[in-house]
Amino acid sequence: MKIRSASSKIGDWIFVLICVIISIICVVPMVNLAAKSLSGTEYLIRHDVFLWPKGFNLEAYQTVLSDPKYQRAFVWTALLTFVCTILSLTMTALCAYPLIFPGLKGRRAINIFITITMFFNAGTIPNYLLMNDLKLLENPLVLIIPSCLSIYNMIIMRSFFYGIPDSLRESAEIDGASFFQILIKIYVPLSKPVFASLALFYAVGRWNGYGDALMYIKVNKQYFPLQLLLYNILNNTNAVEVAAQEGFMQPGLKDSLKSATVMFATVPILLIYPWLQRYFIAGVTMGAVKE
Amino acid sequence: MAKEKVNKTKVVAPKTKFNKTYIKRYWQLYALLLLPLVYLLIFKYVPMRYIILAFKEYKLNMPLRDMPWANVKGQTDYFKYFKMAFKNPDFLRALRNTVKLNLMDLVMGFPAPIIFALILNELRFSKFKKVVQTIAYMPHFLSWVIIANLVTTLFATSDGLVNNIITRLGGEEFSFLSIPSHWVGTYIGAGVWQSFGWGSIIYLAAIAGINTELYEAASVDGAGRFKKMWHITLPGIKPTIVVLLIMNLGYIMGGGFERPWAMKNNLVIEACEVISTFVYKNGIQQLKISLTTAVGLFQSVVGLFFLLTANTISRKLGERGIW
Repeated sequence: MKIRSASSKIGDWIFVLICVIISIICVVPMVNLAAKSLSGTEYLIRHDVFLWPKGFNLEAYQTVLSDPKYQRAFVWTALLTFVCTILSLTMTALCAYPLIFPGLKGRRAINIFITITMFFNAGTIPNYLLMNDLKLLENPLVLIIPSCLSIYNMIIMRSFFYGIPDSLRESAEIDGASFFQILIKIYVPLSKPVFASLALFYAVGRWNGYGDALMYIKVNKQYFPLQLLLYNILNNTNAVEVAAQEGFMQPGLKDSLKSATVMFATVPILLIYPWLQRYFIAGVTMGAVKE
Repeated sequence: MAKEKVNKTKVVAPKTKFNKTYIKRYWQLYALLLLPLVYLLIFKYVPMRYIILAFKEYKLNMPLRDMPWANVKGQTDYFKYFKMAFKNPDFLRALRNTVKLNLMDLVMGFPAPIIFALILNELRFSKFKKVVQTIAYMPHFLSWVIIANLVTTLFATSDGLVNNIITRLGGEEFSFLSIPSHWVGTYIGAGVWQSFGWGSIIYLAAIAGINTELYEAASVDGAGRFKKMWHITLPGIKPTIVVLLIMNLGYIMGGGFERPWAMKNNLVIEACEVISTFVYKNGIQQLKISLTTAVGLFQSVVGLFFLLTANTISRKLGERGIW
């Protein structure tokens, strides 16, 4: 091993420094938000809070956590996310698995049928009219069913299935296992990494999404997912109503409350994603190299 | 990648006949496919029948086929709503903004993950590298509602963090959000911030696939860090860069709804209105159904054209397409 030269060592530290700066840029907005959510009103009014809370208190969190509106939205969104993830994973596996059989007749036609949907979208208004016809407007199912299969994710799963040796499948077939049994007993257990990765993609998509709810649900506010509730509050639609309820009239309190609400909606995902890093890296990479 | 693809498609399907034994063996696969295909049929194909509304006069509570064709004072003009759209200054502005913002996203957002991956690749401390990666993926997991809120709390004029710091240091307030050209910069910056870490994953994987012997040989020849980066790493990930660039160009007419909708503000309406927000406002809020269906069809068709072109170019270059 060659001894690294001094200039190369300096170079190493320069790259470390660049990465530290990049990391700071990534976290500062969240840190600032967290600091604000924990700070006292008097400091917030003076815009005195940067990265560390001043006049530390948990009042904003107490307000948010004890507000039935947020509790409801949180539980509802968690439930929605759970159901969506399970359903989407099932649909994705159902779609991906049969397509790996070269002997399946009509596979080409099915592939074309699927691919067309990736290239051409009927558009916002036709989709809206469809939801109207299916009686899905104002219906909580509109947040679950229309987005329950992503072809992009299906391709990722299919690539993973392709990577499982055919010999496993063939020996099971010789033992008399049906194709369905092979899926359940061999493919699903061997595909935990891709299921973990796609579960994260679907879950994050649902947890963070608000566009569909904004378009399809207007009256039944109890079905608003957390992000839409947040959008309405942060942008002060129904300003008077919201402001009066929340104490948003007092400038300082408004800041800490807003920050606490945002933290409340974000922390769950921030706690989960680092643990799944290994899996989602594999998932993203697989989407790129395909079969 | 290209070679693998060729091998796969050359796998010859065993020639079985569509007979009793085949059905007995394979029916389960069709049963499994049933649900996904029905889903696609209903939610991706059935909506296409409403596209005809772009050429018709929309009437509430009337079956689709009974609605009259688009007409001007009784004179049938199938393209009435397309003409109307292209005379509508709001739509033309939205169209311009869509292309402009997408292009700027590409120019700023495309190189960022490549540069970041190259920088990460130079780190020698693997623990530190992992921490940096985890942090850089974080913005990808934030919703646009939250990113928009972060942007306002950081960059607002009177009480934003950045402007507070600027004024405390004796500088002058800078309006990041209320002047159209500045807003565009902030919007693009937020996009880069959100996606550069996530986007680097693919390039890191490509870099990991480069033969390490090349680096060793180059070291023996006395190549320094940047020489290796330029002559080994970059050529090694060039195929990935080319494919992703072409595919990104294919989405130039596309455009999500959640990002512009969350980040827009009324002071910069001339810069922040894009096609998706135009369609939402005019279609779903104001029920100009035929006009917005026409706009949506225009966007889909042009988008299709760009995507197919991108795909063809990508294949001509010997790379994979997206199908």
